[in-house]
Amino acid sequence: MAKLKLLPSLPSGLKPATRPEDLAVKKQGPLGAVKDGGIHAVDWVDERTSLSGTMRWVMFRPIPKGTNWFYTLGTATMVAFINQVITGVVLGMYYEPSATRAYESMKYINNEVFLGEFVHGMHRWGSTVMVVLIFLHMARTFFFGAYKYPRELNWVIGVVLLVLTLLMSVTGYLLPFDQRAYWASVVAMNIAGNAPLVGPFTPDLALGGPDVTTLTLSRFYLIHMMIIPGALIALIGAHLYLVIKLGTTAPPWVRADKVSPGLKEHEE
Amino acid sequence: MNQREKEEYLREYAVLKAQGKPFFPYIIVKDGVMMIVVIGTIMLLSLLLGGELTAKADATTTTYAPRPEWYYFWAFELLRVVKPPYLVGLATVGIPTIAILLLILLPFYDRNPERHPLRRPVATTAGIFIIGAMFFLSYLGAEAGAPSQIELGPPKAIRDAGGATLTKWDQGRKLVAQSSCGGCHKIGENGNDGPGPPLTEIGDRLKAGAIRETLINPTKPMPSFADLGADQIDKMAFFLASLKSDAEESHETVEELTKESGDSSSGTETPKTESQP
Ligand code: HEC
Ligand code: HEM
Repeated sequence: MAKLKLLPSLPSGLKPATRPEDLAVKKQGPLGAVKDGGIHAVDWVDERTSLSGTMRWVMFRPIPKGTNWFYTLGTATMVAFINQVITGVVLGMYYEPSATRAYESMKYINNEVFLGEFVHGMHRWGSTVMVVLIFLHMARTFFFGAYKYPRELNWVIGVVLLVLTLLMSVTGYLLPFDQRAYWASVVAMNIAGNAPLVGPFTPDLALGGPDVTTLTLSRFYLIHMMIIPGALIALIGAHLYLVIKLGTTAPPWVRADKVSPGLKEHEE
Repeated sequence: MNQREKEEYLREYAVLKAQGKPFFPYIIVKDGVMMIVVIGTIMLLSLLLGGELTAKADATTTTYAPRPEWYYFWAFELLRVVKPPYLVGLATVGIPTIAILLLILLPFYDRNPERHPLRRPVATTAGIFIIGAMFFLSYLGAEAGAPSQIELGPPKAIRDAGGATLTKWDQGRKLVAQSSCGGCHKIGENGNDGPGPPLTEIGDRLKAGAIRETLINPTKPMPSFADLGADQIDKMAFFLASLKSDAEESHETVEELTKESGDSSSGTETPKTESQP
């Protein structure tokens, strides 16, 4: 696999420009020319970024034997997050964060925009799927003891990701500004406002005043589509960097030294 | 883990990796299948359940008893275990903070080098117990009667009085049901048991006047309902004051009763209703 043409070991820009082989390729007709052009473009980028090394580091990293389907739950969470980002951007094209217009703009998305309700539904239910998956992923790493040395930091980042994800679902709940959204936020704020120390400041900070108003909506919107997603993207980046850097665990029942007969299939 | 255990783990891990396979193309296939499953599930949910909206938010006339997303049910049930009102505030901040701290610090207080779930009995038992408790509490939260309805019949005295009294009682019942009281109070079989006290027998403790006062000038965290206007507050207070432990509840609903007696006042204005799931 490492011999893939797309990932040459030496950027070809550093090689003599016209070698006999290159000319031979060019004579292969239009398809060959396209292929050649592609390789040149990749080479051009690689010469200036050395990305091929990173790509090889990411794609061809060894995964320990015994890795099973439970190890796809992290990727699954990431896919659900990407779904939220894409559908969220589409909704953001029509949504207006104002007490008078928010509900109408959501109705407009549902009823007028092409596939609007489908995208809205994907965002709505995608959040549920993401929350379920993040809990499953966390349970996997817990029961597999994957939070132990040397991956402690990745667990800590994970917990922060969990908290941020839950905050996303809370701030998103208000945005449609329907009855459910409004009254859930009122009750939530009444409860939060009763907390010791921080309590009295929460409504002022989150709502922009004692009541749920346009100010509240624009604050929740800002938190929901800029602040938390920004933090999430940065932290998922750090999380994945550590995953690749440290490697993923093998299931704790898989041993390197004594190979039990049951594991023969993984060996092959 | 001490230095020796760390080195032992890293050595073992290096061998496991050497005996494994490259991510591309062997492992990425599984991840790819999972990606398709996830996106497919989300699309299917969207097609089946859509992105429906409830009615437009309305802060003045009638209100709405909200329920949290189902995956927060367990957290709300947990908060309800805390009864005394002065502890509720502490618990709303305290319980999540402690839970998050316990999670974040897990790798630092669980120093057992063993990773196999069966050879970590304490950690595994605790994990299974917490998951079980979350399922159980979620079930309790889902079982509670919808907080936006009150399924109570009128007390005997009110039923016998009939006419305008009965209508006023029923309008009060509907108003209380729709005014999000059930978000914090249990009334009969409906509503959340906390953070407010149950109101099923509130008439024993408070007279209509005191209840009216509570609605206009409540103790935090209960919000003020002064916006609803004197008339509606009056009806709600009348209804609540009738809820007594010794009052015999009649089991017919008000609709049935008024139909039987051919009551003429039943057709008069009923409180604005907002239907909701
Ligand atoms: C945000 C939660 C919340 C909501 C919504 C709420 N309450 Fe309360 N209520 C409370 C709490 C908490 C108390 C206890 C306050 C205290 O410490 O005295 C309370 C107290 C009361 C009391 C006094 C009970 C007693 O035994 O002294 C009455 C009556 C009452 N509420 C009625 C209502 C009605 C009617 C509604 C709906 C219109 C309502 N509440 C909505 C939280 C709430
Ligand atoms: C936005 C949310 C998250 C994303 C996108 C994500 C993504 C990933 C991915 C892709 C992996 C690679 C291995 C696998 O898939 O199992 C991984 C590993 C890991 N994750 Fe997450 N994760 C998230 C949240 C969490 C949370 C909430 C925790 C725990 C509190 C956590 C802890 C870990 C740990 C400890 C590993 C290393 C597992 C191992 O090496 O076996 N992650 N994560």
